[in-house]
Amino acid sequence: MIASSPMQETSWLRRRGWELAVWIAVPVCVTLLFPDYFVLASQISAAALFVLSLDLLVGYAGLLSLGHAVFFGLGAYTAGLISKGGWSEPISALLAAGLVAGLVGYVTGFVVVRVRHLAQLMVTLGIGLLVFEGASRMRGVTGGDDGLQGMSISPLLGVFPFDLYGHAAFAYAFGVLAICFVVMTRIIDSPFGLTLQGLRDNPHRMAAIGTPGSARLRKAYTIAAVFAGIAGGLLAQTTQFVALETLSFHLSAEVLIMLVLGGAGYRYGGLVGAAVYMIARDWLSDLNPEFWQLGVGAVMVLVVLFAPDGVLGGVNGLIKRFGRARQEQP
Amino acid sequence: MTDALRTTGLTKSFGSLKVTQAVDFALPTGSRHALIGPNGAGKTTFINLLTGTLAPSAGRIELLGEDITRMRPDQRVKHGLVRTFQINSLFPRLTPHQSVTLAVCERLGLTSRWFKRTGSYTAATDEASAILKQMRLSAVAHRPTSMLPYGQQRILEVAISLALRPRVLLLDEPAAGIPSSESAELFEVISELSDEISLLFIEHDMGLVFRFATRITVLVAGAVMAEGTPAEIAENPDVKTVYLGKGVHR
Repeated sequence: MIASSPMQETSWLRRRGWELAVWIAVPVCVTLLFPDYFVLASQISAAALFVLSLDLLVGYAGLLSLGHAVFFGLGAYTAGLISKGGWSEPISALLAAGLVAGLVGYVTGFVVVRVRHLAQLMVTLGIGLLVFEGASRMRGVTGGDDGLQGMSISPLLGVFPFDLYGHAAFAYAFGVLAICFVVMTRIIDSPFGLTLQGLRDNPHRMAAIGTPGSARLRKAYTIAAVFAGIAGGLLAQTTQFVALETLSFHLSAEVLIMLVLGGAGYRYGGLVGAAVYMIARDWLSDLNPEFWQLGVGAVMVLVVLFAPDGVLGGVNGLIKRFGRARQEQP
Repeated sequence: MTDALRTTGLTKSFGSLKVTQAVDFALPTGSRHALIGPNGAGKTTFINLLTGTLAPSAGRIELLGEDITRMRPDQRVKHGLVRTFQINSLFPRLTPHQSVTLAVCERLGLTSRWFKRTGSYTAATDEASAILKQMRLSAVAHRPTSMLPYGQQRILEVAISLALRPRVLLLDEPAAGIPSSESAELFEVISELSDEISLLFIEHDMGLVFRFATRITVLVAGAVMAEGTPAEIAENPDVKTVYLGKGVHR
């Protein structure tokens, strides 16, 4: 829950112990119970990081975006082009992916934070379309509709090669997700994160307490772009392919759906949303390869109807209701 | 005594309509100054001009001797000019403790820091707790602000402003919507503030105005009609006319 946690210091293990247990349990469960799903688990990890980056904007800073795939795609192409250019070390290429996306985020942030609400949606959508069309035309660099192929990635840390079964890819993707999650949690819990939540709730009041709102929002936009770029680079490296769709409006909309599904403004909303959406998509497309989107659509409608704040918002509401009912018992 | 805040010929026009008319105003350091006037007199517009929410059409504003006429609102706050709002302007999803901590962090220049938990800045969180205690909000410090009763939200407005340690505090109807018993209590707390804080408050409750103000300015149709001590204003025939009508005062 965003609002009601006291800010007094408690021990790290007490605050985060159960979370640490879950973070350890997930890869163990995937390895032991779902050994055929390493590739899907890697993709979910990259998607979850992408959703988390959007959550920093939408859930915490109150910005809107229909063009977040720009940064994901730029990260993916950066990692892909670096690899094709002969630099196959994955971690440095991933950092470069974040850096390039962050630079573009910094520059476009000046335009995006100038406007609010629908205008902001239009601006981000416009930037997304511009970059998508640009990438589509630059076939020589991006591969156009055929995508970027022929990447080769060196073994992770020089020891663990990326195999066909996806073991190293999953360990890499999950590890990067975990590290980025810790960093983003730090950001959200910091005074800067509190400022973003203030700007989300009431930008006018923030000006009245002396906050330069635009500067703070630009910073948030840049940070979100960095993480989206890392997510894109991660997907490119683990699949060794970059599709033009990584820059598409469709992906920008899809990541927003995942966030709404999980719950915007909840630390684990992005992770839950990405996992639910991608597992549902995988399962439904197995059931019916032609009409699986019907099932995804039905799940979205049901979630929005019965849990407008997403899965975690719904769970939070149930816990509160249950707690109140227990208090009212004689 | 030096002036904490001074305006010279401050004017605001919307087309041909002049809502603030060449206002010359001085707020001496440490004073408790009330700004009164009938509805539509331009009191809130005057506050908006002082804080930079509105840009003046003409005139000059000085804060502690420095010209702030062209300064952005957030920069004016950094220079010590802080306001509260006539209608609550809070952070509904944050708790009062988070809201006040946010203001303290902003004052201390911590809000661009992003790698240490807010809770680890104990000086800031402890100060927020102390302010909430002073304002009698400790019991609700960790509830979402949107769940607080209106009166407590009004008090939180003031608490957030105090966290910024203002040199000049502009209170736009701080007691609006609060029961009279609680509004007197709120003004008691306000009147106990350090003399280093100069206060300008808009208030419609004349009982509170005459009890707590050391000087009063009467604004009518965007222009200063009268200024003086509470006793002088109480005896001013023009003010009586504005407030009571021509038939009563002869």
